[in-house]
Amino acid sequence: MVKEDKEILNIEDLHVRFETEDGIVYAVNGINLKLGYKRTLGLVGETGAGKTTTALAMLRLVPDPPGVVECRKLEINGRDVRDISADELEQVRGKEISMIFQDPMTALNPVFTVGEQIAESIEIHEKCSKEDAMKKAGDMLELVGIPRQRANEYPHQFSGGMKQRVVIAIALACNPKLLIADEPTTALDVTIQAQVLELMTELKEKYDTSMIMITHDLGIVAEVCDDVAVMYSGRIVEQGSLEEVFGKTMHPYTEGLFNSLPNIKNRQAKLKPIHGLMPDPTEIPVGCPFAPRCNYATEACKKAIPELKCAGGTHLVACSAYERDPEFRIDRSKKNG
Amino acid sequence: MHRYIIKRLIMLIPVLLGVAFIIFAIMNVAEGDPVYQVAGPDATEEQLDALREEMGLNGSLIQRYFRYIGNLLRGDLGTSYISRMDVMQLYLLRLPNTLRLASIAMVVAVIISVPLGIVAAVNQNSWKDTIAMVLALLGLSMPNFWLGLLLIILFSLKLGWFPSGGAEGVVSVVLPAVTVGVGLAALLTRTTRSSMLDVLRQDYLRTARAKGVSENNVVMHHALRNALIPIITIFGVQFSNVLGGSVLAETVFAWPGVGRLVVDAIDQRDIPTVTGALVMTTMLVTVVNLLVDIVYAYVDPRIKAQYTK
Repeated sequence: MVKEDKEILNIEDLHVRFETEDGIVYAVNGINLKLGYKRTLGLVGETGAGKTTTALAMLRLVPDPPGVVECRKLEINGRDVRDISADELEQVRGKEISMIFQDPMTALNPVFTVGEQIAESIEIHEKCSKEDAMKKAGDMLELVGIPRQRANEYPHQFSGGMKQRVVIAIALACNPKLLIADEPTTALDVTIQAQVLELMTELKEKYDTSMIMITHDLGIVAEVCDDVAVMYSGRIVEQGSLEEVFGKTMHPYTEGLFNSLPNIKNRQAKLKPIHGLMPDPTEIPVGCPFAPRCNYATEACKKAIPELKCAGGTHLVACSAYERDPEFRIDRSKKNG
Repeated sequence: MHRYIIKRLIMLIPVLLGVAFIIFAIMNVAEGDPVYQVAGPDATEEQLDALREEMGLNGSLIQRYFRYIGNLLRGDLGTSYISRMDVMQLYLLRLPNTLRLASIAMVVAVIISVPLGIVAAVNQNSWKDTIAMVLALLGLSMPNFWLGLLLIILFSLKLGWFPSGGAEGVVSVVLPAVTVGVGLAALLTRTTRSSMLDVLRQDYLRTARAKGVSENNVVMHHALRNALIPIITIFGVQFSNVLGGSVLAETVFAWPGVGRLVVDAIDQRDIPTVTGALVMTTMLVTVVNLLVDIVYAYVDPRIKAQYTK
């Protein structure tokens, strides 16, 4: 396949809302995302920011009803998947793009063996016999560090960390070009977290997979990501390379995320959590959605939703303070110089 | 698994003994001395005593119970007061009819209810769901015998496709089986729907879809298998029920099944027949329960793991 652009993923103006009886929930509000081949993007934000919904929209897995997905472009590997048929969609899922789900405890079907669950994906996409698929499923299990003899066991016979490995094996079974990992380590013990992360980066290197890592753990982002997009209230508020976002943090929300991390060097210092809560997603905000929680907010912030603007290089930030005052700096970047 | 089955079979023995005792005791309390009924008003005290001995009514309740169990183990359920026939024979004469009606009615129920329940669950809150639920409500609230009568009017009297009663020929089972089956399908439909609704929300279906599994396969393979346990449970309960006979349908269709055997025997105060038929039905029900538990293990590996512990 010849492609002019070299993006594995290209989303333009993605909106997702859930039309429930209690009102419309605006989960994702106009997101643009591009991801180059073999790159890893960290999608960061607190619970409810719309990270998972964004990922599900890429796989067209947002439940409908009540979900409504609208976007101008949803290209995966150069192909727009918005209007493809159910058959074509099944070919894309698992093969072009696949997803590691957040909770390994519930992501596996309890009545099928783990081998069957890995083999199913291989059978669908590689059009091979059941025996061959099972054999490859065994290979996949070994790849994620589980003895292949355990292919005939059921999910309830595995520990949480082992289940997550199985979920990873399922997602990687057909060497997808784009892998979405939705908080793959949140449900795991800290000791297992490192193992799983290491395994994922290893496999990603091995198969040249592009990856979107959804997480709220900035440590993980620093470890595995090339690019970072910070989401807040269904919007991207800051985006750029890892160096840009971590080194030259511009958005007050991103700063807030950093301030919420404990600092080992100064254990006396109190954590500075972001006070307040994310705005009610059933209401469309008038001004900057972060303004009510922002230490730098002025009256002007409450008037219009700031747009993502280039701040040098690939660095984008959605904060109107920089437009009003080119000299504006948040505390973190003052410290960093 | 085999050990579990053997263990369960051994456990059946005390259950059956207990149930037999309860039936025996109730039948004992419920009736006065049946000797008078058989001997007539002019019998002398000596004649009555002799008759009592002949009918096995002498001795205490416990003594008679153990005598009954002893006979039962030899396949002897006693003799009917009315027809003077062997109760086991009477029962075995009716059992094939009941088995035939019960199993075909269950097939009818499953054929109607499982697809209907699945369609309703997959299209929750749509018109398809509404229609399915209205049908289920109708099936639940419609008197069984009334549906039977309607079927007779249409298919026997007007169209002449099926006989209106009796158990002769293969087609004679159709109308009674549909009558019983439709009644059972209502509850099974609701069970299937609610169980599927529960499963359709599970995360592992999203995993399946993300793999590229077709929607059809997601529902019929991944979801249904997980939704089966409650469906099998209700199926087992209903099957047990119809094994005891479907009295109303049997009456409407003059179907010679176990249900009518028992009801007629109760009418005639034919205690050995009632007791015998109930004990035999109990046995069948316990066997069905065991089968249901075994099927569970094959549907859900987690249950199998519990059994083998």
